[in-house]
Amino acid sequence: MSLFLTYGLRNLFVRKLTTTMTVLGMGLVVFVFAAVLMLAHGLEETLVDTGSPDNAIVVRAAASAETVSIMSRDQAGVARTQPEVALKADGTPVATNELIVMVNLDKRKNGDAGNVIIRGTTPDIFVLRSGIKLTAGRMFTPGTSEIIAGKRAAENFKGCALGEHISSAMRDWNVVGVFDAGGTGFDSELWGDVEQIQQVFKRPIYSSVTLRLKDAAQFDALKKRLEADPRMTVDVKRERQFYTEQSQATATFIRVIGLLVSIIFAVGAVIGAMITMYASVSNRTVEIGTLRAIGFSRTRILGVFLIESVWLSILGWVVGVIAASAMSLVTVSTTNWDTFAELAFSFALSPRILIGSLVFSVVMGLVGGFLPAVRASRARIVESLREAA
Amino acid sequence: MAAPVVEVQNVSKQYHRDKVEIRVLSNLSLSIPEGGFVALMGPSGSGKTTLLNLIAGIDRPDSGQVIVAGTAVHSLGESQLAKWRTRHIGFIFQFYNLLPVLTAYGNVELPLLLTKLSSKERREHVETALNLVGLGDRMKHYPRQLSGGQEQRVAIARAIVTDPTVIVADEPTGDLDKQSATEILDLLGRLNTEFGKTIVMVTHDPRAAERAKVVRHLDKGELN
Ligand SMILES: Nc1ncnc2c1ncn2[C@@H]1O[C@H](COP(=O)(O)OP(=O)(O)OP(=O)(O)O)[C@@H](O)[C@H]1O
Ligand SMILES: [Mg+2]
Repeated sequence: MSLFLTYGLRNLFVRKLTTTMTVLGMGLVVFVFAAVLMLAHGLEETLVDTGSPDNAIVVRAAASAETVSIMSRDQAGVARTQPEVALKADGTPVATNELIVMVNLDKRKNGDAGNVIIRGTTPDIFVLRSGIKLTAGRMFTPGTSEIIAGKRAAENFKGCALGEHISSAMRDWNVVGVFDAGGTGFDSELWGDVEQIQQVFKRPIYSSVTLRLKDAAQFDALKKRLEADPRMTVDVKRERQFYTEQSQATATFIRVIGLLVSIIFAVGAVIGAMITMYASVSNRTVEIGTLRAIGFSRTRILGVFLIESVWLSILGWVVGVIAASAMSLVTVSTTNWDTFAELAFSFALSPRILIGSLVFSVVMGLVGGFLPAVRASRARIVESLREAA
Repeated sequence: MAAPVVEVQNVSKQYHRDKVEIRVLSNLSLSIPEGGFVALMGPSGSGKTTLLNLIAGIDRPDSGQVIVAGTAVHSLGESQLAKWRTRHIGFIFQFYNLLPVLTAYGNVELPLLLTKLSSKERREHVETALNLVGLGDRMKHYPRQLSGGQEQRVAIARAIVTDPTVIVADEPTGDLDKQSATEILDLLGRLNTEFGKTIVMVTHDPRAAERAKVVRHLDKGELN
């Protein structure tokens, strides 16, 4: 590596204590910045993966979430019998008519109440969403008040583990199975028989129809025909896109708050870097004079100190990112504001977050190092050299 | 008589301190031929360092001309002057002024980083310079691992590695014991006689001055 680059790093190692303190300060800011982005990203990933690429979902026109969508039995019947829908061996469509209801349950951790989605569905849901596996117990029996629970719902809410039961709509619902939906939004749901849920909750309608396309490329044809059908007033969306849209309000909120907090913290870290670099410049007055005498231009001196400051910020980035990556082991559960249902998800790191936080950190280093570097570059040679005596 | 490498003509320099005007150099002229070795002596505060700085192109006169290696130094702009110094001036300081985080090798290489030399060429130059000052076996040592005399020899290697026209030395033995001082003076003498380097040296030490071909005394702003 070029001497110009390593020189700054070497000088930082000479002043171990101040360097460590400054790096920790910057690391904290990078940690907050990266962790917040990881949280928003984790939320988005959870919901994106909730959909599969060759599924389409039909909901009432302008319904942003299934929780606010209503479709009649007739409309659902039209949707599932379209020619683009894939068929099972017995000639019936690979599609589920689903009804979403919300129940209020207590969290295991602190007893607080949270909204949980009960999805009325049919056994075909395992055909449509082949990534989802029963990990314990068995499938619910249609026509009964049995339910199965997503693994995060089972962990987080009282009464949702295998063998337990919840009371809702004057009925006990027995949990006979637990499924793993691979960290997607379904993991926070309870599933039961749609006909039962329509009856018990007295809602003889559907929220949505999810269907498998014979060929993902036929989506546009299906969408065009169904949305133009005068009987329907529906929106047809790719399932992935539909669930992704449900993360936007919450993800944006997390990002905005997180960036505000990061920027406030960053002001502190920048001042820290500035103090450190001013100290570095005034300790090295003679050195600066010597370099200038030898022929280093003002611009080079400016560069020398900016590079040193950027090293500080890169070290801070490393510390912050290591700390933040430990966060990907943590799962959080919060209300998704697009559906108002409780959703569990993890902090998720991505290359974009790594690069974004590096840029953020380097900008802090450049801003903090700028004024000290300007002072170094402006020093008069003769006066700097006189400080030796 | 060789052509002058250093031509200081009618140079004046003054400082202001709290409205008091301090005349440091008044209408001073000095000419040093190629291969010359001049010792500047004089009482403290007489302006020796100031004169040396003018010759080295790190300070500017209030009036008069400083012509070194054929260039009117006082007329160059800041960045041209920096390039000019890399090319023509080698600096030796009283307190060596080595960079503590760099090895002997790194310190000597420093001025070469400003040239277009490849890293292989730089290595050859650095090794030659360090061997010349007798520190070929200390390349990987840091300044704190060297004695004062050795540090000053590294500084001399740094001053000569670019093969400059003029070497300026401000009290190069001022911080050294007798024996180290002798070694440094021997080295400067060799640079002058064997390699024909032009040297301007400020010193308080009469023994050091003896080594020079010419001794000039500076007092009250004037040369004798
Ligand atoms: N930046 C400055 N501002 C004001 N006065 C200065 C400045 N630099 C030097 N002087 C004054 O100029 C005079 C000459 O200084 P100079 O350093 O050239 O002397 P010198 O002969 O090298 O002395 P010494 O032997 O102590 O090194 C001194 O009186 C000094 O105080
Ligand atoms: Mg002096």
